[in-house]
Amino acid sequence: MTARLTYLDYNASAPLLPEAAAAMTATFAMSGNPSSVHRSGRAARAVIEDAREAVAALVNVTPSQVVFTSGATEANALALSTGPVVASAVEHPSVLAWSEAEAIPVSSDGVVDLAALEHRLKEFPHAVVALMLANNETGVLQPVEDAAGLAHACGARLHCDAVQGPGRLPVDFQALGVDTLSLSAHKFGGPKGIGALILRPGLELPAVVRGGGQERRRRAGTENLAGIAGFGAAAQAATRFLQDAPRVAALRDALEARLASSAPQARVFGHAAPRLANTSCVMLPGVSAETQLMRLDLAHVQVSAGAACSSGKIAPSHVLTAMGASDADAKCAIRISLGRDTTEEDINAFFSAWLPLALTAAA
Amino acid sequence: MTGLNSQALNSMGFAKPPAATRIVVAMSGGVDSSVAAAMLARDGYDVVGLTMQLYDVDAVTAKSKTCCAGQDIYDARRVADRIGMPHYVVDYETTFKTDVIDRFADSYVRGETPVPCIRCNQTVKFRDLFKAAQDLGADALATGHYVQRLVGKQGPELHSAVDPGRDQSYFLFATTRAQLDYVRFPLGGLEKPAVRALGEELGVHVAAKPDSQDICFVPDGRYADIVKRLRPEAVRKGDIVHVDGRHIGPHDGVIHFTIGQRKGLGVGGEAEPLYVVRIEPDTARVIVGPKAALLEQSFALHGVNWLGDGMLPEEGLGVVMKLRNTHTPITGTVFADGSGAKVVLDQPEAAVTPGQACVFYDGTRVLGGGWIARGGVSAPVSLNLRRAGPEAAAPPA
Repeated sequence: MTARLTYLDYNASAPLLPEAAAAMTATFAMSGNPSSVHRSGRAARAVIEDAREAVAALVNVTPSQVVFTSGATEANALALSTGPVVASAVEHPSVLAWSEAEAIPVSSDGVVDLAALEHRLKEFPHAVVALMLANNETGVLQPVEDAAGLAHACGARLHCDAVQGPGRLPVDFQALGVDTLSLSAHKFGGPKGIGALILRPGLELPAVVRGGGQERRRRAGTENLAGIAGFGAAAQAATRFLQDAPRVAALRDALEARLASSAPQARVFGHAAPRLANTSCVMLPGVSAETQLMRLDLAHVQVSAGAACSSGKIAPSHVLTAMGASDADAKCAIRISLGRDTTEEDINAFFSAWLPLALTAAA
Repeated sequence: MTGLNSQALNSMGFAKPPAATRIVVAMSGGVDSSVAAAMLARDGYDVVGLTMQLYDVDAVTAKSKTCCAGQDIYDARRVADRIGMPHYVVDYETTFKTDVIDRFADSYVRGETPVPCIRCNQTVKFRDLFKAAQDLGADALATGHYVQRLVGKQGPELHSAVDPGRDQSYFLFATTRAQLDYVRFPLGGLEKPAVRALGEELGVHVAAKPDSQDICFVPDGRYADIVKRLRPEAVRKGDIVHVDGRHIGPHDGVIHFTIGQRKGLGVGGEAEPLYVVRIEPDTARVIVGPKAALLEQSFALHGVNWLGDGMLPEEGLGVVMKLRNTHTPITGTVFADGSGAKVVLDQPEAAVTPGQACVFYDGTRVLGGGWIARGGVSAPVSLNLRRAGPEAAAPPA
C-alpha cells in the first residue's frame, strides 16, 4: 500500500518532465564524446547544440551566450569568481559565499533596498552586483532591471541568479539588462546536475573549471550529455507552463486565503511584495519548522523550510532574518511551493495535515 | 500468524496492532538504538527515528568516538534508510548547552564531579525529545538504553538490564513516573552479544561499531578545558592542604580534582598515600588526607526522584544503592528529609562524591535516587518526594 504523496516543494526541485526523461534516455545509447570528430561524436555534439538553442530561446539570447555548467551553483561561481561581489542579503548561499562586502539590506517585504545598493556602489564601483530574479524561500521578485541600471551607471556588472524564474515568469536576458544570469534545469522539470550561465555578448570571464576546450574554453570537462538533453527539453516546455501560471496562482491564493481564515496567527512572508505565483512562505508562531515538516512528512505532505543543512538540522533562514524576522519566528517558517501537477486535492491534503498543528498551537 | 484481538496487548503494551502503534525511536547512530529501531520495524510498528543534534560538531574533534557527532547523524540516517523508516534530525543545541554543558561546568566549579548523561536524560531526552515524540502523535518513545521497564501491580517499574555488564539504570534514576509511562526500552531484556547478533541479522550496518564510552561533548576526555573555556573567571589557583592543617602545595584550580583522586596531586615524601578528601571551591582549597579520611557514613541528597511504591518514608527504608555507575552496590538506609533525603550507610564508604548520583535498588528494581550534596548540606531541591502524579512529573513549561 502506498499512500498518495502530496508534493509542494517545487522550488526545491520540480518533478522531471516526461519529455526531459525521454530526451535523456535517448542519449544513453550514444557512445560518442561530443568533442570527437567521428560521427558518434558529431551526433552527441548535435544533441548539445540543439539543447543550447532551446536554452538560448528560453531566455532570449543567442546560443553562443549559453555556457553549460553542473548547475546554478557552478554558474554563480563562474559569474562571481572575479569579484568583488556586492550581493543582496537574500541571495542563495552559492552567491553569498562569494560576497565579502556587507550584504545589501532588504525591506520587511524582502525587496532589495536600491538606495543602499547605490550607496554601496560608491564604495565598490567595479563590483559584481548579485541580485536574484525571485527569492527561492519567499518568491519575492527583485527589481533586477533597476539594479542593473545602477550597476552599469558606475561601471559595475550585474549577475542575476534566475533559477526560480523559468516556467513561472518570462525570463528575458536582454530586457533585464544584466551581464550574467544563472539557470538550473531541475527547478522547472529538467534533471538535477545541469545548469547554465548566460553571458552578455563580448563578456569573457576566466574559467573556474579548467582543462579541455569545451564550452568555448569557458567550462572544461566532457559535457553531461544526458543532463544537457534533458535541460533542452525542459527549456522547450517551460513556455508551455507559463500558460499554466494563472491556475497555479489561483491555487496559491486560495491556500493563503484559507490560511488567513483558519489560522489567523500564521503570517505569510513577503505577502505585500510582488511574488512568484507559486510560492508561499508561512510562519506559524510557536511551532518549529522542524515539527511542521516532520508532521507533514509523516502525513505524506512534502514541503521545505528555509535552510536545512546536510545533517538535516534546520537553521533560521537568513532570508527571513534579513526581512526583520526574529530567529525564533524564522525557525517557525515553512515554504509551500506549487507547480504544474499541483491540484486542489494537494492543497486539501496540506490543510488536513497542517491545520491540527495550527489549532493546537492556538489553543 | 494469528491476528491480534482487541484485548491483547502488543509487545509495546498497546491494545492495537503494531502497524497502528507509532513508536518514536531516539537514534544516536550507534549500535544499540539502531538495533532497537530495526527490531521494532521488524515487528511491524509504525517506527519514526529521531536523532538529536546536540552541539556543533565542528567544535569538537573529528576523531570523536562518542554518540551524537556528525558521523553519527549520518549513520542513524543510513540505518533508517536501510530499514525504510522515516528519520529526522531535531536540533537541541540550545537546550543541551544550557541544561547539560553549562550545568556540567557549573558543577565542576562548585567542586563536584557531575554526571552529565543523567542531566541529558532528564532534560534533552526525556523532556524535549519526549515532547517531540508526542508532537508526532507517537504512542511511545523508545531508546536503546539497557534498562527494563516492567509493568507491576502499581504500574510501570524501572529495573536494571538483564545484562549486568551493560546496565544503564544508574543513568536513568531521574526518570519520572510520567516519563516511565511513555518510554520503552526494547533492549533491556537482551544481552549485548545478542544485540550485536540481532544487528547483523537485521542488516544494521553499524553493528560492528565500537561502543561509545566518553562524555559525548568531551570526546578527548579533557573536561577541564571545557570548564575553563565556559567559566574562565571561576578557575583560580589555590592551595592543597592536609587534613592535619599542613600546607602541601599549590594547584591550578579545583576543577582539576575529584574526591578520592590520588594521582596528580604533586605530593611526595608522605608516609602514606594521600587522597583528595574534600574540595572547597569558596576558598579554592583542595583538602587531602590518608585513605581513612575518605570514609563517610552519612550524606544528604537533593533532587530526589522516588519510583518505589508509596512514599519514601521519613523513618527510613533499607535499600541497596550505587554511588557511582561502576560502584559495587552497598547497603544503607535512606530517610525522607524535607524535600531531599538523608542516607546512612551500614558501613563507612570511601569517596562519596558530590555531584554523583546515589541510586536506590530493591533487587533489580530502581526505587529512585538523588544527587549527592556537598558537605552533607542539602542544596536547593527541585523535586518533592511525594509519589509524583503526572502533574508533579510534567516537564517544566
